This record gives sequence, structure tokens and C-alpha cells, in this order.
Amino acid sequence: MDKDKKLIDENSAPEIESALENTSTADTDTPLDKNIKLMSPTQMVVRRFFRSKLSIIGLIMVISLFIFSFLGPLFYTKWGEIELDESGQIEYTSETVQITTEDGKTVTVKQTVERKLKDNFLAPPSSEHILGTDNEGYDIFVRLMYGGRISLTVSFIAVFVITILGVVLGGIAGYFGGVIDNVIMRICDVLMCLPGIPILLIISTLLDAANVDAKYRIYLLMIYLTLFSWPGTARLVRGQILSLREQEYMVAAEAMGYSTGRKIFKHLVPNVMPQLIVQMSLSLGSMILYEATLSYLNLGVKPPYAAWGTMINIISTNTDILQNHFNVWGPAGICIVIAVLGFNFVGDGLRDALDPKMRR
Amino acid sequence: MDNKNNPLLKVEHLRKCFPIKKSITGHVLQELVAVDDISFTLNPGETLGIVGESGCGKTTLGRAILKLHQPTSGKIIFEGEDITNYKSAQMREIRKKMQIIFQDPYSSLPPRSTVGDILSEPVLVHGIVPKDKVKDYVLELMDKCGLRDYYYERYPHEFSGGQRQRICIARALSVNPSLVVCDEPVSALDVSIQAQIINLLKELQQSMNLAYLFISHDLSVVKFISDKIGVMYLGSMVEFGNKKDIFSNPLHPYTQALFSAIPNPNPDVKMKRIALAGDIPSPANPPRGCRFHTRCPYAKEICKYVTPEYKEYESGHFAACHLLDEDKK
Repeated sequence: MDKDKKLIDENSAPEIESALENTSTADTDTPLDKNIKLMSPTQMVVRRFFRSKLSIIGLIMVISLFIFSFLGPLFYTKWGEIELDESGQIEYTSETVQITTEDGKTVTVKQTVERKLKDNFLAPPSSEHILGTDNEGYDIFVRLMYGGRISLTVSFIAVFVITILGVVLGGIAGYFGGVIDNVIMRICDVLMCLPGIPILLIISTLLDAANVDAKYRIYLLMIYLTLFSWPGTARLVRGQILSLREQEYMVAAEAMGYSTGRKIFKHLVPNVMPQLIVQMSLSLGSMILYEATLSYLNLGVKPPYAAWGTMINIISTNTDILQNHFNVWGPAGICIVIAVLGFNFVGDGLRDALDPKMRR
Repeated sequence: MDNKNNPLLKVEHLRKCFPIKKSITGHVLQELVAVDDISFTLNPGETLGIVGESGCGKTTLGRAILKLHQPTSGKIIFEGEDITNYKSAQMREIRKKMQIIFQDPYSSLPPRSTVGDILSEPVLVHGIVPKDKVKDYVLELMDKCGLRDYYYERYPHEFSGGQRQRICIARALSVNPSLVVCDEPVSALDVSIQAQIINLLKELQQSMNLAYLFISHDLSVVKFISDKIGVMYLGSMVEFGNKKDIFSNPLHPYTQALFSAIPNPNPDVKMKRIALAGDIPSPANPPRGCRFHTRCPYAKEICKYVTPEYKEYESGHFAACHLLDEDKK
């Protein structure tokens, strides 16, 4: 409450100043004005960001997932990502056998067979396996961490590359216009027309045929994804730059004799950054979703390596697990939901915080 | 400055057309002549006021002189150099000698830079002062323009229109120009602030020996600040001369009509206003002959067909009107 009050004072500073300017001559100093502390836009953004509860929740979700995935395996070393629990339980099966003896008597024998299994699969949560094991005998909790590593790394790389491609190509298209703009935008149109999943299926088959290592498949597929996703960012950047280019301060920059590079990267791109940051944080969420989809469809990370999507994929072949072993597929689903929600909350919070007209 | 006799800026038959319609092959079918055959000279330290209605090409003229629009034809000679066909790389050097102040102080400042950044960037780019002295230089400049030193860290959105315009002025002057194009610098401001800004411009002109090309539609402002005045109508200059000559003896009927519209603070003086009928014709389709004939109260037959010549009638006083020729005959 108290904080809010202070902020209102600070925000109303321009009005005070203009009022002073109107009443007094420009040369008299106004001590009141001088003492008003003002924040830079970045400080203001941070402050407004943390004023929203939803964005704090989002940030906590994202950060805890990061800690879980990247630091978790360093501390919880009981099981590895592809380490099978070969302790094997002892399975007892009792059966009743009727035996007819030589004298024609029928004897009922109840026998218990003790069978030692090689892998400890589908174990329920216990102190040994925090979330139990899956149908192969891998520790779910550990695989969740390693899966998070893959999902987060891949989506960060993808978003990073998408943003760079989008800024460069969209910036060039928007700034230079004309033929260059037309060529780049038509390429965007073509890429946006192509159906993603069918082409992915084809590529996945090709990767299978080429015997690509399961570990690198996901990266190859992400490269493919980035190549097909940059048009969205490029369009956003181009649109922004088209409108910013016509602003008078760009004419002023031209009149100042600044070089083209300086105009684009010092005057245009910083003004696109707010939209870009929001776009990036939102597309992080969708990339995680995309990665999960690919893995679920068996296009991405292949077993024995873990990814959240791959972990859910188990249920597609075994309905018994879907019905009776929530601990196998549930945690991965929850992680995906947390990641996507978290990134979206952060994105929304940033969008509100970066909009200078929203001053709640 | 070193050679007072040479004009700082000489504009010869400047023309700027914008294409409105293009055929598929890119051939221009119809064009809008925004600035048509304008010639004038401007000496160092002088102020040339350009007046005219909205849409008469004042702003285009100002921007064409700075080569923010490439002129279609004609010549711009700045400090003895013909800069008309300079490429943008060549222009970069010239830019520090000619600057512009815009009409709208709200959109002409980059929103994400501090006042200090806005003012020091041009100084750094053009290397006006050594790097370690930039801040002192900027603070001194801010002081000159009536901006307090603690504004250095602030952002444009924290200022009122008048203060922003001071920042714009400071930015334009940061590179030590000899010519400043003032594109209606006060028309977006309150009247009380207008006076402050105009006075500031006058002070700075004296202390820095600046030449202004002062574009405005406000005649009283132009009368106050200018040494020479050019009157524009529909892209062409209809009258040009010293302030005294133009105000005491306006030759062109359009100038007469404009001057009759200046409000007089003395209520006892009866004003004889010449009200012009109709609107300014579309510059995309200007009338034949004298462009003003559709609204001229004295229009004659010849005005409809023959474009009047732009001639010197008194020394340094130019006009373009058929009526003046007939008087002499």
C-alpha cells in the first residue's frame, strides 16, 4: 500500500514539472522538482513486474524447474538417466495344481513359485525410487530431471536462434522495404504455409533411416523447427520497425547523420525489445510444448534417453500404465504444464510491465 | 562567418515531386509537385521565415534542403558546395553543419534514451569534443538551452512539451551547426511557452551565429524572428523579400490577404480583412496559369492561362504576379 502511494507521487512528477514551468519562468530553480527521485524505465519495469502476483508465481515456477533440472542431478546421484534398477523384486505366484496319482487318487497341491525378476519395473514410489520406476525399470524422478534439461535447453536454443533470425531478417525487411522486404516476406509466407507435423514425420523417418544417434535427433529437429518458426518473429519485428521508422526521431537520427547500422541497432531495435522479450518468453512455453509433442510422437528424443514428452509416450502403448500407474506419466505432464504456464505468466507479466501506458 | 559576402545557403530552382500513381512497370503516371521551382539565398546568421498555408510545401522545402527528401531537380548550394547529389555517406559530414528542429516535440525524441544520451550521441558520432569532455559539453549546452543539469538522467516522457522542445533545440545545436531548419518549432506549444522558445532561439542565434530557416504558419512569430520572409502558396514561392519590404509593401495579393489576417492587439484599429474564398486547391492537381487565380480577388483572364514569372520588383524583393507587370506598363 505504502509503496503504491510513493509510486503515484513519482509518476505524477511530469505534471508537477509542467505546472511549475507554466507558472514560473524557466530559469528559476525549483528545489521540489530536484528532490523528486526518478526511476529509469528498466527500474520501473522491474518494479511493475514484481507488483503482479501472477508474474512472481510464473518466475518461481520457471526458476524452480531450472534448479530442479540443472542442479538436481548433481545432488541426487542415486540413479542415472539410463541406469536400470536391476535389483529385481521377487515375484511370488501361487497356483493350485491337481495331480492324479498312480492309484487314481486326485491330490490338490498348492504351490508357490518364487521368480526373481531382472529389472525392477513399475515399482511404486518408495524411499529407493522417489517417484517409482517406469515400465523398463528407470527411476522416474531422475529421468524427470534429465528430461527437463533436454526440454529447457532445446527450447532456449530454439528461441534464441529464432529471435536472432527474426530480428535480423525482420529488421532488414522493415528498414529497407521495397524489393528486399518483398523477398523476405514472401519467404516467410511460404514457410508459414508448410504443414509442420507431416514434414516432421518425413524427416523423422529419414533420420531413422540414416541411423542418427538418438541423442542428437532432438537437436536436428529443433534446427528444423527454428527454420520454420522464425517468420513469426520476423513479421513482428518488421511490423514494429515499419511503424517506428516513420517516427520523427528516426528522421532526426537521419538528420543527425547517423550510419544505417547505428540507426537500426541503436534506435530501432531497442524500441522493439519490449515486444521481442514478451514474444521470446511466450514462445519458450510453446517450444517446450512443441518439444513434448515431438517426443510424444516419437519424433524427438528416443528411449533410452529421457524427455518429458518421451516419458508420457509410454502410455501410448500400454493402457495398463495409464490406468494404474499415474506415477509413471503424471509427473512429466505436470512438469510440462508448470513450464508452459510459468513462461506464459512471465511473458504476460513482462508485457504489462513493459507497456509504459499501463501504470496501475 | 569568414566570408560574409558568400551566402550560407543558396537554393536554385528546387523542385520536389512525389509520385502518387505508378504503372505496373514503375513508370510514374501522376505526381504531386510539393515544391516547385523555388530559389532563394540565406546569409550566415540570418533568419528566413517561410510562411504559407497548411500543405503548401513548407515542410517539404525544409526537408529537401537538408536532403531528407532527395530533390527532383534544382540545386542546393551550402557553404559553396553543391550538395544536391551528395550520397548519404557524403551527407554525413555536412549534417553537422545543418540541423533541424521538428514541429512535434513528443515524437521527435527517442523514448528509450535519457536526455544525456540523446544529447551526447551526436557529439560522440561527429567527434565534436574529445570523449572525456562530452559530459561537460552537454551540460553546458543544456544550461544554454534552459535545461537544468539534473535532467541529464531523465527520459523524454518525464517532460512537458516546452521542455522537450528545449531538448530538441539542444540536440540540434549539439553539433555546432551553422544552419538550423526550424520546422514549425512552436506551433505544438502553448502560447506562453511559445514566447520562451522563440526568445531562446533568438538568444542562441546571437550567441552561436546561427542561420535559421524558420518555417511557420504563424505570421506574428515569423515577423518577430525573421530578417527575410518567403511566402509560399501551393508549392511555389509567390513573394520573397526583406521583412521590412514585405510588411510595408506586400506585392502579391496572397501576401496581402495573409497579412490582413494578423490579429491586431489594439481594438481601436479597424482591420480590413481580405477573406479568401474557397480552399487551397489540391497540389496533386494544381490549377493552370497562376496557381492562385482560383482564389485571387483580382484575377484576370491572363492569370488563368499563363504562369506568372518570379521577378525582382524592388531590390531584393521578388514576387510572381501578373498584376504587378501591368502596373508598370
